[in-house]
Amino acid sequence: MDEILFNISLLIDYPIVNLKIIIDGVMIGALFALAAYGLALVWGVMNVKNLAQGDFVIAGGYVALMLSKAGINPLFGVPLAFVVMWGIGWVIYKVIITRVIERDLFTSLLATFGLAIMMAQLMNLMFGSDAQSVNLGYDTLRFADGIIDVPIAKLIGVGMAAVLAIAVVLFMKRSRMGQAIRATAQDARAARVLGIDTEKVYAFTFGLNAAICGAAGAIIVMIWVIQPFYGIGYSVRAFVIVTAAGLGNLPGVIAAGLGFGAAEQYGAHIFGDGYKQAIAVILLLLVLFFRLLQQRRNRQVLK
Amino acid sequence: MRTTLFSVATLAFGALGSSAIAMDCETITLGAAISLTGKYSTDGVHTQKGYEFAIQKIKDDGGVKIGDKCYNFNVVYYDDESKGDRGATLAERLINQDGVQYMLGPYSSGLTTAIAPVTEKYEIPMVEAEGASRSLFNKGYKNLFAVLSTSEQYLASAITLAAEMAKAEGKDPSEVTVAIAVENDPFSLDVRAGVVDDAARFGMKIVIDEKLPRDLSDMTGILTKVKLVKPDVLIVSGHAKGAATAVRQIGEQGVSVPMIAMTHCESADVVGNFGDFAENLLCSTQWSETLTYEDPIFGTASNYHEEFKAANADYADKTVPYQVAQASAAVYVFKDAFERAGSLDKAALRDAIAATDLMTFYGGIKFAPEGNNIAKPMVLRQIQGGEYKVVAPSAFASDKLVWPRP
Repeated sequence: MDEILFNISLLIDYPIVNLKIIIDGVMIGALFALAAYGLALVWGVMNVKNLAQGDFVIAGGYVALMLSKAGINPLFGVPLAFVVMWGIGWVIYKVIITRVIERDLFTSLLATFGLAIMMAQLMNLMFGSDAQSVNLGYDTLRFADGIIDVPIAKLIGVGMAAVLAIAVVLFMKRSRMGQAIRATAQDARAARVLGIDTEKVYAFTFGLNAAICGAAGAIIVMIWVIQPFYGIGYSVRAFVIVTAAGLGNLPGVIAAGLGFGAAEQYGAHIFGDGYKQAIAVILLLLVLFFRLLQQRRNRQVLK
Repeated sequence: MRTTLFSVATLAFGALGSSAIAMDCETITLGAAISLTGKYSTDGVHTQKGYEFAIQKIKDDGGVKIGDKCYNFNVVYYDDESKGDRGATLAERLINQDGVQYMLGPYSSGLTTAIAPVTEKYEIPMVEAEGASRSLFNKGYKNLFAVLSTSEQYLASAITLAAEMAKAEGKDPSEVTVAIAVENDPFSLDVRAGVVDDAARFGMKIVIDEKLPRDLSDMTGILTKVKLVKPDVLIVSGHAKGAATAVRQIGEQGVSVPMIAMTHCESADVVGNFGDFAENLLCSTQWSETLTYEDPIFGTASNYHEEFKAANADYADKTVPYQVAQASAAVYVFKDAFERAGSLDKAALRDAIAATDLMTFYGGIKFAPEGNNIAKPMVLRQIQGGEYKVVAPSAFASDKLVWPRP
């Protein structure tokens, strides 16, 4: 208890720390938002709740890591992870997801849960269990007597995340495939009647989701560390964010992601970093609780 | 005493009786369940290589002499797949099916915790080299001996060092403030307990005491607090991920603390990964090849280091990890104990191991009644110019501590 009071007193004595926490939180949140964004896509379009979301993120991280080990600038890892993970996502769709898509909720949950375990173990076998990261060696920008520090690598990473997010939003709004995806999400049968190849749309969506996650992972490995079993943390957070924002609102997912990142950083500052995961889960409970209270039966679709 | 003398005598006569003494030594079979696959496989292989190197060295040196017979060690290995339940099953199998009477330890505290009850049940003496958790040594085991320092000692010496530095500056050690960030797992909590005990001994104040989550990838929150509170010592322990995250973010955030000490610098390869960020950090280690320890079989620590590299091509261009050295030291303890016991009887051997008082290339070995080694201090190395330099304990140090850290 003393510790919590002490931590709160730090926030009051050094108001600038609040800004620092929000900046850190928003930067972390931007990456959570990407994973959540992919989840919202898959959830909204094919009603599959993908529990392997975080493992896609970590797998993307390893793609970038391998690239930097080969002596190539890890920044190129972001587009490469996007492409590689798209391919992996497409294969996973064809092998697993397509078989569970029409089944009930639990079949798809079990299938993706199994997928998550398998991916984590595979990565453990391939890359070892040590935590790894890529150091870009860029400088850090410092403000306010060094209390606020923004590593340039982080800034680049978050910038790339923003570009990716905007590109996907535009793609969904403008492109033919984006329209088809949204149409399938609204009513798959009607879409099929109107000549949309929904199987193709599903495969595309799942591939796109894996690719977004992969790019997020490639960014994460440049600013934090990854380890084969870290996926679950990103999965949980993606679920919290999507649940909070709702499926019908992709830009909302991003806003919720940023807010969630900041909330988590505040929680970690006050209660201690050891409770970060717990804070994420408590936020999920709170979100579910308020959603239940609202009980608005309006049907939500992907827009 | 009489029985020991008698048994030595019978052995000696027995050897003479078989007239033409075989030139080849006989074999003493040891057993080991070790992690050759799974999450500990890297370190499991280090351990096995350490065992095998020592066995070869002892063989080259004329083997284990009991009476006037000589013996060589041979180890039956099983792969425990880094799983505790598997380790325990394999220990049963080694003892019951393979008839092993003496055991070498597995890798990690977890596996040792799983196997120790089995060896205890069958009263099989086990010398282990890779399980440091202090919970292993408060269960009253009579047949478990560890050559390495226990985990609460890992960073406690940093506190002593900080106290020395404070005194040298004319300050009282009780003015020193300590920040602790450790993972919430048995090993790191042991490390923390050792630091807290030592800090209390000097009357130091612990200003930050945080737990790191298991899936740690970000500790900016803690480091921000460190920047605000400005402690004199920062202690970090969270396996390789803790070291990697801490070093990266200490550098990025420009955290300036006079002394920063952590575990697992080597396994996180903080120098290779983060270069300048790692400069002047203190890292704890069980052993370093630059120490001035020495023994008649392996020679000096640096001699061991060179010969091991020569014998194992895949270590040629890297520093031999301490996991290898301590595994070799465990085999050496067996040789020494067999020779003093003068018999192959496991009870006599157990008593001889308990009475071990040996200087080795790895450091002194003398067991407390609980089985942990009390003769070897933990070593603190400081990263200076990208290299690990021993700075404590001062008696064996090769370099001077850079303090305060800029």
